[in-house]
Amino acid sequence: MFTVPPPEVLAQGILSGILMGFVYALIAVGLSLIFGLMEIVNFAHGEFLMLSMYTAFWAWALFGLDPLLSVPLCAAALFLLGWLTYAGIIRRVLGGPMLAQIFATFGLGIFLRAAAQFLWTPDFRQVGRAWVQGPVNILGISVGLPQVVASGACLVAFGLLYWFITKTETGMALEATAEDRQAAALMGINTARMFALGWGIGSACVGVAGAFLASFFYIFPQVGFLFALIAYVIVALGGFGSIPGSLVAGLIIGVVEVLGGLFIAPAFKYVAVYLIYLLIVLVRPQGLLGKF
Amino acid sequence: MTTTEQFEAVKTEAPRRARTFARADVPTILLGLLLLLALLFPIVYRLPYPRDLAIRVLLYAMLAQAWNILAGYCGQISLGYAVFFGADAYTSSILQTTIGWNPWIGLLMGAAVAVLLSLLIGYPCFRLRGHYFAIATIAIGEIVQTLAINWDFIGGARGLSLPFRKDSLLVFQFQTSKYPYYYIILTLFALCMLVSWRIERTRLGFYFRAIRDDPEAAQSVGISITRYKLVAMAISAAFVAAAGSFYAQYVLYLDPDSVFPLSLSILICVLAVVGGTGTLWGPLVGAALMVPLSEYTRIHFGGTGRAVDLLIYGGLLTAVAVFQPSGLVGLARAWWRRRWRF
Repeated sequence: MFTVPPPEVLAQGILSGILMGFVYALIAVGLSLIFGLMEIVNFAHGEFLMLSMYTAFWAWALFGLDPLLSVPLCAAALFLLGWLTYAGIIRRVLGGPMLAQIFATFGLGIFLRAAAQFLWTPDFRQVGRAWVQGPVNILGISVGLPQVVASGACLVAFGLLYWFITKTETGMALEATAEDRQAAALMGINTARMFALGWGIGSACVGVAGAFLASFFYIFPQVGFLFALIAYVIVALGGFGSIPGSLVAGLIIGVVEVLGGLFIAPAFKYVAVYLIYLLIVLVRPQGLLGKF
Repeated sequence: MTTTEQFEAVKTEAPRRARTFARADVPTILLGLLLLLALLFPIVYRLPYPRDLAIRVLLYAMLAQAWNILAGYCGQISLGYAVFFGADAYTSSILQTTIGWNPWIGLLMGAAVAVLLSLLIGYPCFRLRGHYFAIATIAIGEIVQTLAINWDFIGGARGLSLPFRKDSLLVFQFQTSKYPYYYIILTLFALCMLVSWRIERTRLGFYFRAIRDDPEAAQSVGISITRYKLVAMAISAAFVAAAGSFYAQYVLYLDPDSVFPLSLSILICVLAVVGGTGTLWGPLVGAALMVPLSEYTRIHFGGTGRAVDLLIYGGLLTAVAVFQPSGLVGLARAWWRRRWRF
């Protein structure tokens, strides 16, 4: 059952796990932000990612834009999508039963996935001749350059988000709304706008991650599902609503995924990830750095 | 009270009472008609296709009804119900192919396995609330599917074929005509409806709804939350399991992608939610509308590749959640009340 890989394979695996972990963290932090704000899980999060990847793909296929250039485009498009989702759907189920809260976004996810399949067929697509491609050597370990660029960029985006939340006035208003809705409203914060903003920013995070993923990952309608499940695991592990928690948990999950594949069997790498989710929510429901 | 007032009272009272009596009979008459229609269906429709469609409507209605017991009445939203469906389908089939046990005993054994599994999953997971529980059930479903694909003893990804036998109720196989399958699933579904109906009206149903609407309040009046959630899950798992065994005997071929997929778990929820969760007739209404709809779109838009049925499912699911969380049955009920001013 268990196989011990040679050390150089192990080192390479861990490094690529860490690189992927940064991307996972950025996807998960969007989810975490929204949950922290209003205790709603966006079950269409993976589909948002998928749409961002398709945006990058079509920008490349139709206008020859490299995925790196379409990062702002993807971020803006997803910001709008998040804002609209809040205004059109979430606002109406906020005080509703749990069932409505879950199935509102769950249905949206199914709808978006089916719409992508309807419009763009279930074919696997890939951006060819991207600007960054090929392997790169880090400390004698060979990894893909797109992965390095993506993880670096995701780390930067993560830093920007953290700065925005903790240092700017709007960010602090967002944090205040997350902590106590009523008190924030009494202090003159427009909480409805904060909710919409939270959805916009949370979705824009996925937009950025999606644009970078598009430069090296296959793009197909179901691609979001896998990332979404991993994002739930990361958010649960890091603590729902905790931004630094997402980063730590993203790295852990990235490495666990690779190690599960190396030590047990590639087919079981996600089983390892899901088992961690179950273990975490049962033993430490608030996650590693969570407040709740 | 003056005589005129008394007279007025009697005048307004009398016709109302008469009308209420007639109205109280309406559901009974409708139920009788529905049952008659259901019993006559395979006699009227003799071609295999409509019979197959009706069988699948009943099969999915049964799954949705079973899910409804836990999610609709008790408020615990599981997105991994395919686990029980597949567990029983595999148990009864394996017992048949390896040691030659009768499929009916297999059905019971499989149901026992599913109930045991539901307790094993439920006991730890019922400590989780709402979203956490829903995600945990997705994770468990994915784990089970991965394990089934990689477990060679049960056929792995290749799946498992059941041997052909001569038509007989005893061995649960009918090759020449589909109508016995129809009556078997109709019986199973009716049993499931009966149990749901009993639950709705007895103490158990009130416990379930109390847990759904306010767990703290339910606990404070002495309802053991975990225990009754487990009861709800065990009952619904048993019915999902029976449906799984039926599916195995009907199709005679199993593989992890057809009995364990997330899409099956999702379909079960979609039918119940669109029809109306927490209502007795919601799952049947949902299945009777959506299963033929899915067939129709496949015929007219060509194959599953276009995913038109999923497009409609997703759109409806969101629309129902946003505008009418009690589903089509809730909508009809509200309309009925407005129309007749109950």
